Amino acid sequence: MTTTRVSLFRRSHGDRVFRGILTVAAVIIPVLLALLIWQLWGEARPAVSRFGIGFLTTSTWDPVAEQFGALPLIFGTLVSSVIALAIAVPLSLGVAIYLTEFAPSALRQPVAFVIGLLAAIPSVVYGLWGIFVLIPFLKSSVFPFLRDTLGFLPLFQGTIYGPSMLAAGIILAIMVMPYIMSVAREVLLAVPGDQREAALALGATRWEAVTSAVLPYARSGIIGAVILGLGRALGETMAVTMLIGNRHEIAASLFAPGYTMAAAIANEFAEAVGDMHLSSLAYVALALFAVTVVVNAGARLLIWRVARGSGAGSSAL
Amino acid sequence: MRETMLRSFPTTALLVTLALSAACTSKDAPKATGATNTPAASGTLTGAGATFPNPIYTKWFDAYARLTGVRINYQSIGSGGGIRQFTEGTVDFGASDGPMTDAQVAAVQGNVVHLPTVLGAVVLTYNVPELGATALRFDGPTIADIFLGRITRWNDRRIAALNPGARLPAGDIIVVHRSDGSGTSYIFSDYLSKVSPEWSSKVGKSTSVNWPVGLGGKGNEGVTQQVKQNAGSLGYVELIYAVSNKLPYAQVKNASGAFVEPTLASVSAAAAGADLGPDTDFRVSITNAPGATAYPISSFTWLLVHKTMQDPARAAQIKAFAGWMIGPDAQRMASDLQYAPLPAPVVGLVKARLAAM
Repeated sequence: MTTTRVSLFRRSHGDRVFRGILTVAAVIIPVLLALLIWQLWGEARPAVSRFGIGFLTTSTWDPVAEQFGALPLIFGTLVSSVIALAIAVPLSLGVAIYLTEFAPSALRQPVAFVIGLLAAIPSVVYGLWGIFVLIPFLKSSVFPFLRDTLGFLPLFQGTIYGPSMLAAGIILAIMVMPYIMSVAREVLLAVPGDQREAALALGATRWEAVTSAVLPYARSGIIGAVILGLGRALGETMAVTMLIGNRHEIAASLFAPGYTMAAAIANEFAEAVGDMHLSSLAYVALALFAVTVVVNAGARLLIWRVARGSGAGSSAL
Repeated sequence: MRETMLRSFPTTALLVTLALSAACTSKDAPKATGATNTPAASGTLTGAGATFPNPIYTKWFDAYARLTGVRINYQSIGSGGGIRQFTEGTVDFGASDGPMTDAQVAAVQGNVVHLPTVLGAVVLTYNVPELGATALRFDGPTIADIFLGRITRWNDRRIAALNPGARLPAGDIIVVHRSDGSGTSYIFSDYLSKVSPEWSSKVGKSTSVNWPVGLGGKGNEGVTQQVKQNAGSLGYVELIYAVSNKLPYAQVKNASGAFVEPTLASVSAAAAGADLGPDTDFRVSITNAPGATAYPISSFTWLLVHKTMQDPARAAQIKAFAGWMIGPDAQRMASDLQYAPLPAPVVGLVKARLAAM
C-alpha cells in the first residue's frame, strides 16, 4: 500500500517537473518571437518615423543621400518566389505522385532519399553552382529560346545578362522542390488504400483514381507542402543574391536583374555605415517579416477552408 | 616495461609539440625569434572590421602571437561593423577601409587615431574579346561617364581617343559593380567623386551607393564571374583579386597625366604622393593622388585605435603591435600577399604618432 503511494507520488512529482520544463520550452518560442519583433522595431524606428509607410511604396535606394524605399525589394521577393513555386509545384507534385502511385517499389525509397539529399545542400553551394553552371547554361540556351518563342510577352524581352529574376526563381525552384516533394509524398502515403481501391473498383483508370480520389483527399496537406516551400523561397538569401543581379529596380522583364529583401539585408548590413541606412535595413527586415506572416496566414486560411470536410493532410500540418 | 613507457612519454610529448609547431609555422614567419622568445607578455586583444585586409591581418596576428605571445582575435565583419563596434567600445581596436566621418569621430569624442596599415587599390577589369592582348586605357571622366550611363558603347569616341589602334567593338558596355557594401566600392566611388562633378553630386561616395546603371555582383568573385560571363562587360575589383585570378585590367590616367598600370609600386607611389603634414590624422584619401607614377584608384586601410585608453596595459600592447606592424618584417609580409606596403615617409609619420601616444 505504502509503496504504491510513494511511487504514485514520485510519478506525479516527476510529471510536474516534466510539465514545468515543457511549459518553459513552449513559452520560450513566443517570447523569442516577441523579442525579435521588439528589437527590429526599435532598430527600424528612425526609418519608420522618417519614411513612414511610403518606404514600402517608393523605389529609391540611395545610401549616400539617405533616401530609402523598399518597393523593388518587396516586388523582387514576391516575384522570385512566385516563379519558384510555378516551376517547383508541378514538378514536385508530379514526382510525389509518381513515387507513391506509379513507381516500381524498388525505385520509391532511393529516389525519395536522393531528393531529400537536395535539401541538405547548403544554399551557398547552390549559389556557386548557379553562377558557374546554371547561368551559363540559361544564358546560352534557355533564355534565348524563351526570347525567340515568347518574346511577344514583356516578361521575356530585353537584354540577356545572365543574372536575373528568372535565374533566381529557377534556383529557388530547385531549392524548394525537395521540401514540397517530401511533404507531398508523406501526405499522399497517408491517403488510405481504400480510397484508391474504391475508385479502381468503380472502373477508374490509375490516372482517374489519382485525380478523383487521392488528390482531393490530400488537398489540404499538399497546400501545406506548398506553403512550406513558399516560406523557404521568401526567406532564401545566399543563392538568390548570387544570381539575381542585385539591382534596386522594378523591371517587367524576367531577364532583368532584380533584388529581394533578404538579399539586400545580407548584402548591405555589414558595411552599412549611416544610422539611417542601418535603420532602413531593419525596416526591410520588419517588412519581410510582415510579408511572411501575411502569406502564411493567408495560406493557413486557405487550408482551413479547403480542409473542412476532407481528411488526411490537415493532420500533416 | 613501465620504466620505458615513463621515459618515452616526455620524448613523445616533445615530438608531438615539435610536429605541431612545425605545422603551424608558415614559410615566412620569423622562426628563430618564435623559438627563443618565451610567451611572457601574453594577453588577448580583440578587433573587428574591414574584410579587405583580413588576409594580411590574419597573417600578422598569427606571426605576432608566435613572436610575443599576444593573441589578437580579429573578426572581419566589414568596415561599417568595425566602426560601430569600436564606437560602442566592444573591441580594443577597429579596422576600416574608409575613414570615419566627422560625425563618427565626434561620436567617440575625438578619441580615435587612424593608423594606416597597408594600401589597397581598385582595378577595372573587362571582358572584350575583340581587344586580344591589348590593355585598355581609361581616364577618370570616361570611367565616371561609363558608370553614370552616359557612355554606353565600347566604340564611343572618347574611349577610342584614349585607345588609339585598339579594336573596340560596337556593342553595349555592361557595367558590373559590387552589390554588397564594401571598402572596394568606397575607394572606387571616392575616386569617381573626385574626377567627375556629376558623379559627386548625383551619386557620391560610400560603401554602397545608388548605382545609376549596371549589374550587382556579390563580392569580388561575383563581379569577376559576371564580367567573365558577359562579353562587353566592365567591372571593378581589388588589385589583389585581379592579380591572383589573372584578370585583365586597365591602365588609368593619373592626376599628372600619365597612364599607370596598377602594381604594388604604383599604389605605394600614390601614398608617397599624398600630402601628409606632421599633424595629419591620416584620414586622407589618396585617390587621384599627384605623382607621375601614382596609380590613381588607391587607398589606405586603417586600424582605429583610441587616443587614450582606460587600461594602460592594453594600450601598451596595441602600441607595441602597431609599432611592429609598420616595421620592415610585417610590411614585407604584406607585399608577399600583394598588399602595397606603406611608403617610408608614411611609416615615419606613423612612428612619430605612436611615440606621442
